[in-house]
Amino acid sequence: MSQAVIQFKDVVKAFGKQTILDRVNMTIDSGKTTVIAGPSGQGKSVTMKLILGLLRPDSGEILVEGHDITKMRAKALNEVRTKFGVLFQGSALLDSLNVFANVALPLEERTKMGSEEIRSRVLAILAQLDLTGHEEKYPAQLSGGMRKRVGLARALMLQPEIMLFDEPTTGLDPENTLEIYKLFLETQKKFGYTSIIVSHDIPKVFNLADQVIVINKGKLSTFASPEDIQQSEIPDIQAFVQYTMGKIYLSREME
Amino acid sequence: MIRYLEKIGSNTLWILEDLGRMGSFLVLGLGGVFKRPFRFSAMIRQVRLIGADSFWVIFFIAGFTGMVLGLQGYYTLRKFGSEGALGSAVSLSLIRELGPVLTALMVTGRAGSAMCAEIGIMRNSEQLDALECMAIDPFRYLITPKFLATIISVPILTLIFNVVGIFGGYLAGCGLLGVNPGAYWSGMEQSVVNQDINMGIIKSFVFALVIVWVCAGRGYFVHRIRGAGFGAEGVSKVTTQAVVLSSIAILIWDYLLTAILL
Repeated sequence: MSQAVIQFKDVVKAFGKQTILDRVNMTIDSGKTTVIAGPSGQGKSVTMKLILGLLRPDSGEILVEGHDITKMRAKALNEVRTKFGVLFQGSALLDSLNVFANVALPLEERTKMGSEEIRSRVLAILAQLDLTGHEEKYPAQLSGGMRKRVGLARALMLQPEIMLFDEPTTGLDPENTLEIYKLFLETQKKFGYTSIIVSHDIPKVFNLADQVIVINKGKLSTFASPEDIQQSEIPDIQAFVQYTMGKIYLSREME
Repeated sequence: MIRYLEKIGSNTLWILEDLGRMGSFLVLGLGGVFKRPFRFSAMIRQVRLIGADSFWVIFFIAGFTGMVLGLQGYYTLRKFGSEGALGSAVSLSLIRELGPVLTALMVTGRAGSAMCAEIGIMRNSEQLDALECMAIDPFRYLITPKFLATIISVPILTLIFNVVGIFGGYLAGCGLLGVNPGAYWSGMEQSVVNQDINMGIIKSFVFALVIVWVCAGRGYFVHRIRGAGFGAEGVSKVTTQAVVLSSIAILIWDYLLTAILL
């Protein structure tokens, strides 16, 4: 039986008068892929930042491997963060560093490895993600797809137990989108990480999911499969399904 | 009326919140010195950017400031028949006031604005979040090297400003207007005491801290500053705000320190 790695217990988060998450509960199991979906501005990124401890909830508990991160001090929180790898929406590469330095950064800062070992590890992962020959380039010189791959390489350097993908395919063309999904499947198979994907790319991203969490009006609804979402009786979820999946269905008809 | 009071209350709360944020930023920025591994090479790179690359700007401004002081001082002192005091007038003005203040204002405009924009862009493009997610302390990695580099660079630039300015005054006074060079140098030697030099150096350390605190801090909290907007516009507004705030703070601290140290 799989173990819960992340749990939200009655989490509330508000900004000013706007409540983003209203006493929400969720469980993310080890080794599984969870897709977090929902209309824009409903709190998907806030949920991700809460998981990472970049934001603190107003009340409730967020457990990572059983430890409540909402009450942790900075040092303990940093220890927890070493379990995470994150691929940001805009890749968030340090733009003053080249590709090699960006990917080497976690090893240089977080480990005591020698420069030769770092070099060989970085070159190996760059080769794996088809980035050989681009080591000296700066983020501004890379295409969107390449930046995502460099971001993924950097996130995987410390072999995280949990990977978070924030809108991994936003802004990418269909070819690069498929490439990212392929890399996701390959790397997950190799590293065996638990993954959380925040995405708009519905319904394609559902193919990767073991469970889907839909955020709407401050509430979370968990579904075991895309079919379950389509059969949901919650009006807001029905509207969301019609808006997202309906559009795809129409475009298929047109083809 | 109630709406007016509400507005005053919310503005007061925001100011207190902002002061708290900036206070903790100062503590964490300086506290990064004690965190290991210390990024010595990053600090040296920042000394080059903030200090060495500002050399020629400081050199020219100091030279012309000294020359203007020489000219103005000469014509003012001539009215009292005391042109011989030009050396002491120029050197005291520079060492006590103009050297530290003008250097700090120049570093604010040149390096402080760049610092604020760089950190602001890093915040907006999630680069600072990425550092935190990799469990890399952004203060140790990014902010503390800038704190130390500014605190090292500004006093050195101030000393350079003073020396170049004094030579500028010499060039205008003695080279162009015929003041006796011996009187110029001996006037300086007799009037400038250690207390004046110490005052200038203390001021330059305080100004350095003000520059890096305000400029780096505003950039770091670009997303929290009310009314700044988002994206490139937000960074540009906050950078302008940082330069204005830092310049005003330098002049206020200048008055306070002069009142305390004189």
